[in-house]
Amino acid sequence: MSSRRSRSRQSGSNSRISDDQINDLVSKLHQLLPEIRNAHSDKVSAAKVLQETCNYIRSLHREVDDLSERLSELLATTDNAQAAIIRSLLMQ
Amino acid sequence: MNKYNPPRMNPSSLRSRFATRFLRSLSKINAKKPTASSSSPTEIFRRYRRIKVAADKSMAYSVRSRRTWSRAMLWKLRTRPCCRRSVKTSTIVRKTRHEKQNKNTTTTTGEDGVVFGVEADELRELVPGGEAMDLYNLLDETAHYIKCLTTQVQVMKKIADFYSP
Repeated sequence: MSSRRSRSRQSGSNSRISDDQINDLVSKLHQLLPEIRNAHSDKVSAAKVLQETCNYIRSLHREVDDLSERLSELLATTDNAQAAIIRSLLMQ
Repeated sequence: MNKYNPPRMNPSSLRSRFATRFLRSLSKINAKKPTASSSSPTEIFRRYRRIKVAADKSMAYSVRSRRTWSRAMLWKLRTRPCCRRSVKTSTIVRKTRHEKQNKNTTTTTGEDGVVFGVEADELRELVPGGEAMDLYNLLDETAHYIKCLTTQVQVMKKIADFYSP
């Protein structure tokens, strides 16, 4: 534990970025996560937030993957895509 | 040419920039499809790969070079081995990536000296260009990247739902 402390002090003196700034960013990330967004921020550790962030990014990547596949299948059966695309854009 | 002028969308928002670009690429991909074999598994797979690349490209271009992750993503897409066939380039890419990672596996300290080296390194692999970021930039870029990914998913879902019977 003491070795960790000294290391953190060392890196703190080298960079201008403080722990507070890091903590601000961690809580910003916390707000973006649907899983633990509602949990009290003081109850969730920074490491847990980062872990959940990784999981969330992975699940979003998976969703993009699935949607690309779905769109590819749908395009096979769509004829007048151009018109449909414009209409879909207008409906947003 | 067709002009995309959606009335109810703010044209300067990331969401509409992405939607416009992605729909344009989607219609290009659709125009290219062979009429006879457009529903064959090979063709569907090939189109799926193209759509995935188009989605990432559209996203990164909508952000432009304002972010490190979007620059890294565009670079990765440009140097992407279409390429997977040329073994030479892919090994070089892997090697440089490995070197970068080695350079950055320093333990990072945050809240009360809590070390989250493992988590940060995991994140570095998921965020484009993350290998070369320090902790502060990594967290900042991650927040932006997540917002963009969510937008990407929402827009793609809407388009897919529209096409669905």
